[in-house]
Amino acid sequence: MNDIISPENIVYKKPTLMNDTPMHYCAGCSHGVVHKLVAEVIEEMGMTDKTVGISPVGCAVFAYRYIDIDWQEAAHGRAPALATAVKRLWPDRLVFTYQGDGDMACIGTAESIHALNRGENITIIFINNAIYGMTGGQMAPTTLLGQKTSTCPYGRVPELHGYPLNITELAAQLRGTCYVTRQSVETVGAIRSAKKAIRKAFEASMAQKGSSLIEIVATCNSGWKLSPAQANKWMEENMFKQYPKGDLKDTTGL
Amino acid sequence: MAEKEIMLMKGNEAIAHAAIRCGADGYFGYPITPQSEVLETLAKLKPWETTGMVVLQAESEVASINMIYGGAGAGKRVFTSSSSPGIALMQEGIAYMAGAELPGVFVNVQRGGPGLGTIQPSQSDYFQSTRGGGNGDYNVIVLAPNSVQEMADFMDLAFTLAFRYRNPAMILSDGVIGQMMEKVVLPPQKPRRTEEEIRRECPWASIGRTADRKPNVITSLELKPEAMELRNLHLQEKYRAIKENEVRYEAQQLDDAEVLIVAFGSAARIAEKAIEIAREKGIKAGLFRPITLWPFPEKQLREAAHGKRGVLVVEINAGQMIEDVRLSVNGEEPVEHFGRLGGIVPEPDEIVKAIKEKLL
Repeated sequence: MNDIISPENIVYKKPTLMNDTPMHYCAGCSHGVVHKLVAEVIEEMGMTDKTVGISPVGCAVFAYRYIDIDWQEAAHGRAPALATAVKRLWPDRLVFTYQGDGDMACIGTAESIHALNRGENITIIFINNAIYGMTGGQMAPTTLLGQKTSTCPYGRVPELHGYPLNITELAAQLRGTCYVTRQSVETVGAIRSAKKAIRKAFEASMAQKGSSLIEIVATCNSGWKLSPAQANKWMEENMFKQYPKGDLKDTTGL
Repeated sequence: MAEKEIMLMKGNEAIAHAAIRCGADGYFGYPITPQSEVLETLAKLKPWETTGMVVLQAESEVASINMIYGGAGAGKRVFTSSSSPGIALMQEGIAYMAGAELPGVFVNVQRGGPGLGTIQPSQSDYFQSTRGGGNGDYNVIVLAPNSVQEMADFMDLAFTLAFRYRNPAMILSDGVIGQMMEKVVLPPQKPRRTEEEIRRECPWASIGRTADRKPNVITSLELKPEAMELRNLHLQEKYRAIKENEVRYEAQQLDDAEVLIVAFGSAARIAEKAIEIAREKGIKAGLFRPITLWPFPEKQLREAAHGKRGVLVVEINAGQMIEDVRLSVNGEEPVEHFGRLGGIVPEPDEIVKAIKEKLL
């Protein structure tokens, strides 16, 4: 047994950029997986000393505690404005934002759309779990019709609450975007695909191809009040109908 | 590179010229009257082709101030400008910058309020500027220019103070100073700082973690109350140091003065003329002009007011700085107010009349 545990036999390890701080995320949450992918890609690209991450307000507010790179914590929704300035002032840096649906697609819609439309050479990683997790399960701009949350306890109806916002489809229409894709991380195959997307987006940012948006359709089993396994199933059966996976736009040539 | 130059221009234009010449790295702003010439002048001068300074028209004042947050968090000398309603929109970002200890600079070319108000000059953002303006216990350094020359001079000063204390700094101007044309001596071009200089001056800057240090994180968030109290105590200690070291003011004709006028910015320029007229009529008046509105020159004003027959606070508002004047004078001399509202700029004669009616 001890012969097997040796460096040359390692096939998988925690990315060195992920530190040992215990995560505050709920068991079953998608955030941890996406954090790991971001850390892996930065490490593999050799960009640790050139990367600035912008964290949001919401569940990922403490993203800066887990990945050992330089960060800036933005006011709610304003991450793309910070990223715009950092990238324009330090053009050789890899600059990305990490935002939830409330941050990116509700309070920060103006900053998101305009940063993407200007073609800022940044990447927005957008976690869409259709609910406000951090504040305890309120309605999000992306909450599905019929979905129950603490602020639409009888289910979302358009007459009262309007419709789910497909901001990623909007982003694909903008001339400033070069890569717009929708991914998920509930299976090994999906995780691999999401990692490839993050790598492509980061490379496009560094090659000055324009803005990239990666939506990750994600679970919030606590907010949805389901077990992690049930949440994955619910996401596949319901979320993917409203938010179909795949590339919406790719002009990167990468 | 530009040498020292003497030119005739508006206060808003002077801000733009001076910013480039003092080695600013970036401007992010949104048009609003009466300060749009700042962005227009920068766009015309194209500093990105000479010094490498970034100039960007943002989608809103909210975005502008958060671009300043991002740029300052990355160690750069960045600034924005706006007028009263736009500055009101920025208050969230300014509070976050104060909390995260970021050295950004913003220029307020004030107009009359409240709300959309008027595009004419006013000084009614004194409270908003000197009392914080956003949430939490914090202060920003506030410089009040009274001439086009000071608009230019305070640009570099604001950056210097902001970086010395890792604190936001504001130039509180108004539509008079922003729009009027005067002679101005522009400083020679200073080079922008290199990456090495930025790393040395701002070891806290979030610009990419090198192997020799831990990650730099720019944030105002601290969930544990004990840690948040410590953070606040640190801020208060810093504010005490700023109060101790950075008070600036100007005094004119105090020696033989019976009455004292206290005014800042454009109101102080009008007060100078009023004092000239008053003295022709045999009324010995002097002027005390706070240049830093925060920190306020409390001790210096108290000394200047000592033994005077009375103090007249002249402001283009309903009475805001008068609270700081009264706190400074602490009841030792009578303190009265004269102001015009809604974008009306007072005439020197009105001030002389107010001296006679309120103090003599």
